[in-house]
Amino acid sequence: MEDDAPVIYGLEFQARALTAQTAETDAIRFLVGTQSLKFDNQIHIIDFDDENNMINKSVLLHDAGEIWHISGSPAEKAVLTTCYSKTSESRVLTCAAVWRMPPEWESGSHESPDDSSNNPQTLELLCHLDNTTHGSVACVLWEPMGDGKRVISLAENHVLLWDLQESSTKATISSSATLEGKGQLKFTAGKWSPHHNSTQLATANDTAIRGWDLRSMSQIYCIESAHGQLVRDLDFNPNKQYYLASCGDDCKVKFWDVRHINEPVKCLEEHSHCLQCHMILQKSF
Amino acid sequence: MSSATTPPDSDPTGRRRVHSMLKLYYGLNEEGTAAEQAESLDPCDINGPHFDPEVYLNKLRKECSLGELMDHESCMVKQIRSLDSDMQTLVYENYNKFISATDTIRKMKNDFKKMEDEMDCLSANMAAITEFSARISGTLQDQHAQITKLSGVHTLLRKLQFLFELPARLNKCLELQAYAQAVSAHRRARCVLQQYSHMPSFRGIQDDCHVIMEQLAQQLRQKFRDGGSSAKDLSECVELLLQLDEPAEELCDKFLSHAQSRLEADLQGLEVELKDSAVTDTDILEFIDRGCNEFVSSLCLVIASYQELFINRPQEGELASKNIPEMANGKLHVFVDTLAARYFSLVEQRIQEEKGVGDNSLLVRALDRFHRRLQAITKLLPGSAVPSHGTEIVVRAARERIKQYLSALQTFYHDSLTDVRQALAAPRLAVGGANATPSLPELLTSLSNFILNQLKSVLASVHLFTAKDITFSNKPYFKGEFCSQGVREGLVVSFIKFICQSSRQYCESAGDRGGSTPPALLLLLSRLCLDYETSTISYILTLTDEQFLVQHHTPVTPVTALCAEAREAAQKLLNHYVKVQGLIISQMLRKSVETRDWVNTIEPRNVRAVMKRVVEDTTSIDVQVGLLYEEGVRKAHSSDSSKRTFSVYSSSRQQIRYAPSYTPSAPMDTNLLSNIHKLFSERIDIFSPVEFNKVSVLTGIIKISLKTFLECVRLRTFGRYGLQQIQVDCHYLQMYLWRFVSDENLVHFLLDEIVGSAAHRCLDPSPMEQSVIEVICERG
Repeated sequence: MEDDAPVIYGLEFQARALTAQTAETDAIRFLVGTQSLKFDNQIHIIDFDDENNMINKSVLLHDAGEIWHISGSPAEKAVLTTCYSKTSESRVLTCAAVWRMPPEWESGSHESPDDSSNNPQTLELLCHLDNTTHGSVACVLWEPMGDGKRVISLAENHVLLWDLQESSTKATISSSATLEGKGQLKFTAGKWSPHHNSTQLATANDTAIRGWDLRSMSQIYCIESAHGQLVRDLDFNPNKQYYLASCGDDCKVKFWDVRHINEPVKCLEEHSHCLQCHMILQKSF
Repeated sequence: MSSATTPPDSDPTGRRRVHSMLKLYYGLNEEGTAAEQAESLDPCDINGPHFDPEVYLNKLRKECSLGELMDHESCMVKQIRSLDSDMQTLVYENYNKFISATDTIRKMKNDFKKMEDEMDCLSANMAAITEFSARISGTLQDQHAQITKLSGVHTLLRKLQFLFELPARLNKCLELQAYAQAVSAHRRARCVLQQYSHMPSFRGIQDDCHVIMEQLAQQLRQKFRDGGSSAKDLSECVELLLQLDEPAEELCDKFLSHAQSRLEADLQGLEVELKDSAVTDTDILEFIDRGCNEFVSSLCLVIASYQELFINRPQEGELASKNIPEMANGKLHVFVDTLAARYFSLVEQRIQEEKGVGDNSLLVRALDRFHRRLQAITKLLPGSAVPSHGTEIVVRAARERIKQYLSALQTFYHDSLTDVRQALAAPRLAVGGANATPSLPELLTSLSNFILNQLKSVLASVHLFTAKDITFSNKPYFKGEFCSQGVREGLVVSFIKFICQSSRQYCESAGDRGGSTPPALLLLLSRLCLDYETSTISYILTLTDEQFLVQHHTPVTPVTALCAEAREAAQKLLNHYVKVQGLIISQMLRKSVETRDWVNTIEPRNVRAVMKRVVEDTTSIDVQVGLLYEEGVRKAHSSDSSKRTFSVYSSSRQQIRYAPSYTPSAPMDTNLLSNIHKLFSERIDIFSPVEFNKVSVLTGIIKISLKTFLECVRLRTFGRYGLQQIQVDCHYLQMYLWRFVSDENLVHFLLDEIVGSAAHRCLDPSPMEQSVIEVICERG
């Protein structure tokens, strides 16, 4: 790999949402959602062929709105969720929906990649995670290593746990929690912990990181002022159950042991520019 | 003989010549002869030894006339005559002497004959006497032998009498308490009694004596045990007991245990005082005084009398062989060590209670007294470990003291910081009375003066330990390690490090706890650390080195390392200050962007209040930083910076840049163009370290604020008027912020980015006219 030239892939539009296709175990595949106010947004499926150091792409049309967050189902390759902003009645609302990729995208993309960009196929809507009562959705999280039946959406200051039924065509709220406090609290990011039988969730709002127990839907820990400025994103260590990494606008990456939340385990301050980290890909700690 | 009668006395020179010739003949040398000898080598000199008559005659005959010869001849005859007469006189004199000598010898011969007869008579008498004497001694011999025997019997009888009388006498002595006599009497009799103990009568005496002596020993022991007696009595007692074969070891033990009980009473007194000291607060000097006067002095007394009794006493006879001094000495050491250990532990407890750092001189004096009094023990007991333990205690106390001073300094530092904090908080509480509170530079100088003065007074206090009149100050520890490791490293360097470290802690903790430290304090501390780096540290260390004459045997922290640390702390504090201030302004901007509905906003008529607030805050930060830091350098300004038109559509450059965004046919081009533009514009390090000047600090704060503004804008969707509002706001910021930063292009670039991003996120991007923007801004 080191000898190979870096592989660069350019998008037509600005993009803020990127995820790995979790259920895909054979190929290295990423999903990118674009942001454009004026044009139909797209989901780019990027296949990295590490043997030839090449990239294959296919584009699906996502005409619901600009994509702020994207997340792939852990059980079904073709199923994904997006958070997209919808402008209606001169009001911008970020909604969330579960989608299925059309079955033909794979074959179509391989045969004529140029055609696919000209005539992209459209995602098939499975269901909306109806959030009209809760406000804009910041992100949707799949249950890690689950059967693709449970997702969590973070809408404004609410944590909503959804059950997807009838092959994901119907979503019902099974439980929810609300973050109370003074001021307008709003979740900015979250991660569903793969440990403890997937009963824990960590969320970020402003400079605080909070942990939630999904069985009781109650807060279990809170790292106030985890960062000097806004917490951008966070992630769990896949190998060590209590370890959590976070990054923020104060240019720091901090590693936390959630059992001892007073001090970070480690704090990296190497960057001198705002971290725009959207996914912390931890391999080991 | 006839010639002798007519000596030619008329010529004195001729007489002298004769005299000298006689002298010459007898080998007598006069001083005058040397000169004559020189002449006498001449063979013609008639008086010289080398006189040659032939040569003389020839010479005369040749040289002299007849008349002269005649005269010469008559002179010569005259001289010969006088010489002859001289000779005759001499011979005559000698003859007379000889005659008288012969007479004397004859007389002596007659006398000797008489004496011989008398001697014969004497020897005959002596023989008779000898004979008589022999006869007398022969008759007296028998009687003499008898007398000798009688006298022997007499002595024996007297001895026996002594023995028989011994029990009675001993009893009497016992009654009279004349123990010494009794013991000496018994000692005299003891061997004899021992020897003849097989005889019944003697055995009886011995037994009696034993009983009595036992009683006596009992009494002595009693007396010894009572201990009330004087030292002299006691020593007598011990001596007697020793002579009575009392085991010395036991005596030592008894003596010591006796002394111990008294000393323990002293110790208990001290203990009680130690307990009470918390209540009655007697100072440490009194305590040590009491310890010295009671315990140490009685300990010395005990040691002295003990040595008198057991160690230094001249040992005679059998006692010497028992090696008592060695044994006794060992016991004494153990005794002294145990008691001293207890004493020391009490003293140490007391010293540990001495926590107040107010008056060090009291402690030093107490320690000095403590140490001084222990020297007495050194003199009494040369090998004892007690004084060295005492010194250790002093050293420990000194170390402890340094630690206490360090923590006192640290507390003081914290307290002064709290004061400063309050002073900083005050103006906010009472906005009207801001003039009454001291300004930032005043606070800084007063803080640094406070710290320096406190440090100096602590140094002065610690310096007491090394004062010349203090006995322990010449111990190696106080000369070397105390100064370098203790005072310099342990106190001064640690304190400076503490300042730096606590300053750094302000950065770290405050970062997570959301600015619990007022930013002004951060700024102040940063300046303080910087001042330390430039001058204060070297000043303090030089002062310390001078005061304590520190000779660095062990490696010490160099000034440069401390300075580097201080500088690092200053840098961190300043960076943190920038971050905190940046965060405050960022939060304002963030809230203003996030809480507004940018799609449905009305047409802008004013600059938003928050922007005015940002400018106001930035100005006040500028003033604040300007109080403590220099201006710094900035890049040259363009002549009319505030009027610069940076708005998206009015400048031709940006016309090219953004215009294609509105032609839906070419979205790629826009992105490409803006990206290429970004590639060539300078990269901005938002959280880069700042320099120690005002401009750099302000630049940092503004960078952080605007970057946050930009990031927030990118997350929002704007309506037409939303974009216009952003335009107005950015223009307003542009008008005021450029003057604070080192490079105004930076502000331009960031504001361009903000407006650009807003335009990009706009549903209906129709920008406002530049002139309208200017009018609005100038009105606001």
